[in-house]
Amino acid sequence: MSNREVMEYDVVIVGGGPSGLSTAIKLKQLKSDLNVCLLEKASEIGAHILSGNVFETRALDELIPNWKELKSPIKTKVSKEKFLFLGKTKSLSWPTWLLPRVQQNHNNYIISLANLCRWLAEQAESLGVEIFPGFPASEILYNDDGSVKGIATQDMGLDKEGNKKDSFESGMELHAKVTVFAEGCRGHLGKQLIKKFELDKGKNPQQYGIGFKEIWEISEKNHEEGLVMHTAGWPLDNKTYGGSFMYHAENKQIFLGYVIGLDYQNPHLSPFDEFQRFKTHPAIKKVIEGGKRISYGARALIEGGLQSLPKMFMPGALLVGCDAGTLNMPKIKGSHTAMKSGMIAAEAILEHISQKKDLSIYEEKFNKSWVYQELHAARNVKPSFNWGLILGIIFTGIDQILFRGKLPFTLKHKHADHETLKSSKEMPKIDYPKPDNVITFDKTSSVYLTGTNHADNQPVHLKLNNPDLPINFTLDKFDEPAQRYCPVGVYEIQTENNVKKFVINSQNCIHCKTCDIKEPSQNITWVTPEGGGGPKYGNM
Amino acid sequence: MKILVAVKRVIDYNVQVRVKEDGTGVVTENVKMSTNPPDDNAVEEAVKIKESGKAKEIVAVTVGEEKAQETVRKALAVGADRGIHVKVDGIIEPLAVSKILQKIVDKEKPDLIFMGKQAIDDDCNQTGQMLAALLNWPQATFASKIEVKEKSLEVTREVDEGLETIEVNIPAIVTCDLRLNEPRYASLPNIMKAKKKPIEQINASDLGVDTKQRIEQIKVEEPPKRKAGIKVASVEELVQKLKNEAKVI
Repeated sequence: MSNREVMEYDVVIVGGGPSGLSTAIKLKQLKSDLNVCLLEKASEIGAHILSGNVFETRALDELIPNWKELKSPIKTKVSKEKFLFLGKTKSLSWPTWLLPRVQQNHNNYIISLANLCRWLAEQAESLGVEIFPGFPASEILYNDDGSVKGIATQDMGLDKEGNKKDSFESGMELHAKVTVFAEGCRGHLGKQLIKKFELDKGKNPQQYGIGFKEIWEISEKNHEEGLVMHTAGWPLDNKTYGGSFMYHAENKQIFLGYVIGLDYQNPHLSPFDEFQRFKTHPAIKKVIEGGKRISYGARALIEGGLQSLPKMFMPGALLVGCDAGTLNMPKIKGSHTAMKSGMIAAEAILEHISQKKDLSIYEEKFNKSWVYQELHAARNVKPSFNWGLILGIIFTGIDQILFRGKLPFTLKHKHADHETLKSSKEMPKIDYPKPDNVITFDKTSSVYLTGTNHADNQPVHLKLNNPDLPINFTLDKFDEPAQRYCPVGVYEIQTENNVKKFVINSQNCIHCKTCDIKEPSQNITWVTPEGGGGPKYGNM
Repeated sequence: MKILVAVKRVIDYNVQVRVKEDGTGVVTENVKMSTNPPDDNAVEEAVKIKESGKAKEIVAVTVGEEKAQETVRKALAVGADRGIHVKVDGIIEPLAVSKILQKIVDKEKPDLIFMGKQAIDDDCNQTGQMLAALLNWPQATFASKIEVKEKSLEVTREVDEGLETIEVNIPAIVTCDLRLNEPRYASLPNIMKAKKKPIEQINASDLGVDTKQRIEQIKVEEPPKRKAGIKVASVEELVQKLKNEAKVI
């Protein structure tokens, strides 16, 4: 591997989401002559970003105070809020003044996070940050002393068996004084770093959710620009953590989505079908009826909060945003905390480079910041839902409204998400209605809307540690849940001449990372495919 | 020998194209754009010819809005030497593009002009042919193989009946088929180097070309949805349905 080309930078950032871009911008603002390089695996910045998104501007106000004058895509101010408890056909509206303060949104904006990232990338480039989309960082490089030296980009032009094609291009090594990992939730290099440096030692297991999002163009009479609505309850049972969002954005569009905690127990549960079924509720159907679905996507997200937040520094490298896990779950927001973590990282890096301070100052600064305060106040909400939706809500009311997150104890996350599934024989099967292709859809027509493609004839980027396990164990024990938790149908069980086969349609993968998280034996590892592959999200 | 390669920015081929609600065109806002795929083949072929020592310089040219420059930058990253961006906003028709390219040819005096056989957005398949007429140069369209000889090109063309091999004298225009080659990846070091290569910007209005639209677009609509099929139990039933319901036999 020594024949790869090498470039030296002061800072290399892996990932062009809100945290990575904020790190880059802040670094150049603090010291304009730093050499900063940012890599993004998507074909362009924003194409792998998916988020609700109701945006709190706090971090951006600090980073780029004049964002309103710089043609930022932050336009639709939240004008009205609703919270509904759904029963099967009925709904109960919860007065907004009775919501905890963290769930009130009147100072926030409805945005497309993908477009915000594109705009942030323009700001970063104008400051001199070198941004390279289409180049996944696939490998961590280490110095002899064990510290992180940088990363290598993916080789391009390998065939299915890993042989070099005529078009083969070797990856490149990028070395840096500090490497910042900003891959988002369950970053595949971040995961390796957390393991190698035992960054999660003494922490609770990380908790995840899977979030779906569809963009609908709806009829004018149903559209109320600036309206933010959340729901809890149906179609999920009392034991399953989740809820929906519906944000009325500009241009008669609504952002409609569903989040389900990946600590669900029933292997027959299909998060995708729960989301589809949710749309048939009268309170939702009446809004989207007559409209048209124009986008679809899904992505895993962090739900663990402070108890699960790993140490964010190690020799030569930092984790920022949800590569570590800075999302604020009760607030249902992670963009502002991700951005702030990146800005703090930039300050720490500068002191490290210019004053030779240890990178541990990143954590010191982080613990003194408002992000830490937010996450600390939010820490007990998600674990309380282990007692079920109703008790969770009652506890959250007491914790968030009466005590404002200041109760003198911390609830724990007891299990990792891959440990929570029960045997398929013990759990009830769920009968999902067939899609009507008007309100509800199947996975095939949905993946079509994501614009996903991977060059064919390349190595499968979803690796099985034990290729026989799905058929020999997981199928019998859990009815192979990969068939259902994957939001685009990458995994299938096919029967050929009475022999069952586990098929991986990796070209459909939208890089959500759910399989890497939920596979009960942790048998699936997500690695980077060839650059530019994956979804091509527009304004997600 | 000098090769001019024309590239166009279009909606990425993986994106599901959506028709605007008012039928005036397709949605390009919030949509991933890329280089027209057969244009990538045209660039690749030019680079291969240069690598074989038969060409000295490759100039990549595009006509379009500010962001169309990205397609030239990509051509530079895979081996073009310098770029030209003719800036013009809004829809621009093949005839206007051909006239603009004619002006560029007058200035650059290339020996060969390569471009994709057609663009995947309007599917016109006209620019190469019109440019050949304007310049009064020979043309070889739908090329799937190109061999450079002393003063001519031997070009294999993809035609309905199979393959046709023709010889054209240089200077010539070749429009390229997807089968011509497999475009290479732009490597990271080469993209870094490409950022430093020059792109000359010219305003279309300065070239004295009339870019006014001549074709009136009446309406754009989605193809009708295909109805779900049905399964028949027997050949008899199939024949019956074809006869009585579909009335095709």
